[in-house]
Amino acid sequence: MEVRTRGIPPTNDEDAAISSVLGVSIAREPHDATGGHRNRERRHLLLPALHAVNDRVGWLSQPAIDGIAERLDVSPAEVFGVASFYDLFAFAERTGRQVRVCVDLACRAADPDLVASLPAGSVASPCLGACERAPAALVIDPGEPVAQALVAPVRRPVVDQLLAGDVPPLESQPAAAVPQAGDANLVLLQRAGAGDPLDFATFVATGGFAALQSARAMGPEAVIDAVADSGLTGRGGAAFSTARKWSAVRTQTTSPHYMVCNADESEPGTFKDRTLIENDPFTLIESIAIACLAIDSTHAFIYLRGEYPRAFATLQRAIAVASDHPLLAGLTIELRKGAGAYICGEETAIFNSIEGYRGEPRNKPPFPFEVGLFGQPTAVNNVETLVNVPSIIAGAVAGTPRTANRRLLCVSGSVNRPGVYEVEMGLTLGDVIQLAGGVIAGSHVQAVLLGGAAGGFAGPGDMDLVLDPDATRSAGLTLGSGVVMVLDQHADLADQLVRVAEFFRHESCGQCVPCRVGTVRQHEAIERLTSERLTSDPNLTSTDVALLRDIGRAMQDASICGLGQTAFNAIETALDRLGMFAGDRL
Amino acid sequence: MVGLATVFGAGGGTSSYEEAERADLIVMWGSNARNAHPIFFHRVLTAIGRGAKLFVVDPRRSETAQFADRWLGLNVGTDIALSNTIAREIIHSGLHHREFVAGSTTGFDEYAASVEPWTLERGEQVTGVPADAIRELAHAYATAKAAQLCWTLGITEHHNGVDNVLALCNLAILTGQVGRFGAGLTPLRGQNNVQGGGDMGALPNKLPGFQDVTDPVARAKFEALWGTTIPPENGLHLTEMFEAMEHRQLRAVLCIGENPAQSEADSGKAIRLLTGLDHLVVLDLYLTRTAELADVVLPGSASWCESDGTVTNSERRVQRVRKAIDPPGNARDDIDILIDLGGQLGQHWRYDSHEDVWDELRALSPIHAGMPWRRLEELGGIQWPCFSDDTLEPAFLHGRLWADDPADRGRLAPFSVVVDDPPVEGLTEEFPLRLTTGRRLDSYNTGVQSGGFRSPNREGETIDVSPSDALRLDIVDGELVSVSSPRGTIVAPARIDPSLRSGLVFMTFHFPDEIDVNVLTIDATDPKAGTAEYKAAAVRIDKFDKLDKFAPSTVTAGD
Repeated sequence: MEVRTRGIPPTNDEDAAISSVLGVSIAREPHDATGGHRNRERRHLLLPALHAVNDRVGWLSQPAIDGIAERLDVSPAEVFGVASFYDLFAFAERTGRQVRVCVDLACRAADPDLVASLPAGSVASPCLGACERAPAALVIDPGEPVAQALVAPVRRPVVDQLLAGDVPPLESQPAAAVPQAGDANLVLLQRAGAGDPLDFATFVATGGFAALQSARAMGPEAVIDAVADSGLTGRGGAAFSTARKWSAVRTQTTSPHYMVCNADESEPGTFKDRTLIENDPFTLIESIAIACLAIDSTHAFIYLRGEYPRAFATLQRAIAVASDHPLLAGLTIELRKGAGAYICGEETAIFNSIEGYRGEPRNKPPFPFEVGLFGQPTAVNNVETLVNVPSIIAGAVAGTPRTANRRLLCVSGSVNRPGVYEVEMGLTLGDVIQLAGGVIAGSHVQAVLLGGAAGGFAGPGDMDLVLDPDATRSAGLTLGSGVVMVLDQHADLADQLVRVAEFFRHESCGQCVPCRVGTVRQHEAIERLTSERLTSDPNLTSTDVALLRDIGRAMQDASICGLGQTAFNAIETALDRLGMFAGDRL
Repeated sequence: MVGLATVFGAGGGTSSYEEAERADLIVMWGSNARNAHPIFFHRVLTAIGRGAKLFVVDPRRSETAQFADRWLGLNVGTDIALSNTIAREIIHSGLHHREFVAGSTTGFDEYAASVEPWTLERGEQVTGVPADAIRELAHAYATAKAAQLCWTLGITEHHNGVDNVLALCNLAILTGQVGRFGAGLTPLRGQNNVQGGGDMGALPNKLPGFQDVTDPVARAKFEALWGTTIPPENGLHLTEMFEAMEHRQLRAVLCIGENPAQSEADSGKAIRLLTGLDHLVVLDLYLTRTAELADVVLPGSASWCESDGTVTNSERRVQRVRKAIDPPGNARDDIDILIDLGGQLGQHWRYDSHEDVWDELRALSPIHAGMPWRRLEELGGIQWPCFSDDTLEPAFLHGRLWADDPADRGRLAPFSVVVDDPPVEGLTEEFPLRLTTGRRLDSYNTGVQSGGFRSPNREGETIDVSPSDALRLDIVDGELVSVSSPRGTIVAPARIDPSLRSGLVFMTFHFPDEIDVNVLTIDATDPKAGTAEYKAAAVRIDKFDKLDKFAPSTVTAGD
């Protein structure tokens, strides 16, 4: 198309970054030029190109945006529209170190003072997915290559030192997030702590890829049957039958089919995908290969959130190491990195993000199994869902079929041993807290957030609640992404609610009205309700509570996607289960 | 139109707009439709969105070319060389449509022999376009399921414009890319009703409905209804009229809705000739530069809102236009003016309404016979030909060429041997730059109709030069420079345009009152169509401060 720029070329650094993704310059001679479809069909490289520039120089200048626009044959406005969708990109000069301090639920409960007044120069970040070691900070030093480090737990003096340029301390070992590491009963986390996660030879020598080999021999139908027999359902929150999803994609006649592994784990309080990837990347790759076999696909994408530098490096290395294995021949696995947008974990927003568009959810129908990534039949599966598959196949082959009844729970907050726990469904909330070492000395439970910001609050009287999908649903709660965040008597619940509302307001993509307007009004109402002046007036309180319920209903009923539909959940449970704003303050 | 009529017998585009959306390949040759035909270009964009490929042949990497999958930047005036090279490549690759060529065309052997010398290497040498780009276009065009070949003034505004059109028609019949849904030849017209003008007989050799003036049978039909005798020989086209003025054979002119004082190449000469007439009458909406020269000016009406009637667009669709308001002041409906003029000249025409005029046309023009106003309104316009008021013809023309029975194919489409013929004005040491002209999105022709409106994009006239020429000439963006051709000199601000290659400069003719580009252009014309070679003049650019050798009177300074 006619790409109009200001004609200012990118700097050498910017140009090198763009070229590393999009190749050198554009093909144009005095009498000849190519373009059109050849350039536009590389649109899916837009997000990687933006990352390359942002990583190398720290921000996205207008000439850099122009340079990307020219090579992809899209308008600079369009490139800016995509880039500005994401939190990790900046459009004003930002060349030095960034220190992004998590201000989300677990971290603000862990260190309210740090969050309440962030050190000058640091940037507030949504959940960094390190809740088991809250509070957390992400340090980014732009350059070639970019240096990124997660620092957790982080205290104010450390933040100050990081801002002053200190080298970030080494991160704890991946297995530190798995208190059960070494337990022989573990299935999903069996390899955690058992050696170098990137030692491919040992992985293969200890049964790795055996399930993939078996799956090859069984054929796709038998693989899907085995998964169906296990009862595996999606662990991303929707709990849809994995076998039915795969079967629906498999039987689509248009080709190619795509596999998308959703690792855009951004739900506040959730860190299981990060833990799985950092501890056992090869099992995820094996799982993806089996899924591709089942859905008749040769091309898979792993979409990992942008705030997970170690998980990214681990997966990148693992894919490179494993790709020569004969069982992966003919299979392409591409690793794509998000850039700070919660909504991109939505199953259709993830397509738009990979394709190089703003990560806005699509209307359904058509459903992804018919019209998904690049308009083709696509299976989208969560990391935890996928890593269930090899053991299911192994069980089927061995004649000891496994029921997919194990779940990962992300236990954080005021417990003695926070981390990712693999449990059989059927445990109560109290059991899980005991498993995590119980509540820390001197604390008692004020509330437990189940399922993250899109989940809900249980109260101290809910310790007998069975943590399985049915029981939580009938209690008006959800297990969602497996968040179990224990808040003790010191936690400021009002502050937590304000943050939940602020989070959704910030993360709403703005595409549909109920969510765009509703999340703003909800945040405003919560702020009024929690301010001292108004809580003393019962009439005003009941007006705002009624307003909240009204807004919540509208968002639940009329939003396009799950973000708006769940944005009122936590607040609703705070009203109903915790009795907040019920006239006499909690 | 002459070229299309030569090959197919009808001077109109062969396809409908809708077909452009359905084509899988679109070639825009000498057409910057993105700027000059933006509404049609929306159809092209729709096609691209569906996956169609776009090739653009244009000396400039124009706004249109920037949408292309491949741009072929040929040297100005080498269209025939390029076409012949493409044809040879198609034939040598065995990609021509043998069955169509054998059954529906004539003259293939002679044509094939004529393009034989045009190897890819020679094509590259003459046109400047790399052989591999020519090959890609040749193969893409020959193998497309349905290809649209579109062109505009980049093809016709040459001294050999008709041959250029014939060269493109050759490619279409060589590959069978005509006469099928989606495949066709589409010349884009510059005015909403330029096709309608031709339909109504505003051509020196045609009566309404494209019936030949020289055909006694056709003439007799008109003479019987009109009660008059029609001169049996062809009239003069515009360029011949100016020649006749020059030879003092043409002494009186009635000029309707045209501004030749500013739109003709070598405008100084045009003004001199118009001023020298015995009598000049101008019927126009505006007091144009030409009207300023007139003895009598007849203020007309705006046909789209002050008069009832029809217009015909480029896809031959006749559409109703309706009167909404009365013309202001003393301005009158053009039909009333013409009827009164007829009366003064002894012809007392009687029409009860504008619809009466149309029904008279339907009685005389078979291709319009089936188009009563009522039906035009019901169907939202009808494409000609439409022979009876209960049938409609296919949206595309010349489907007959694909008829199973050879007897149904009618007159077969002849190949035309066309010879590469460079622009009349070669480049010299004194005038080393090639000037070509064109349009911008927000202005129209000489600016009579668009100059009164503001546009945020309008930058006024500039002389666009390539970055390398600007560097060599030591000129910067926005600097006033003098531009000279063998005919005159003007002054204009330079605009550095990276889409131009070295040696090529570009101007529009939208702002003749400020900068009269047609002082520079050459009035070499095509002998068959009478279109002037606006697209190729030789010029020189000098820094304005070195201009002292020119007399001030030759300079029109931009402000």
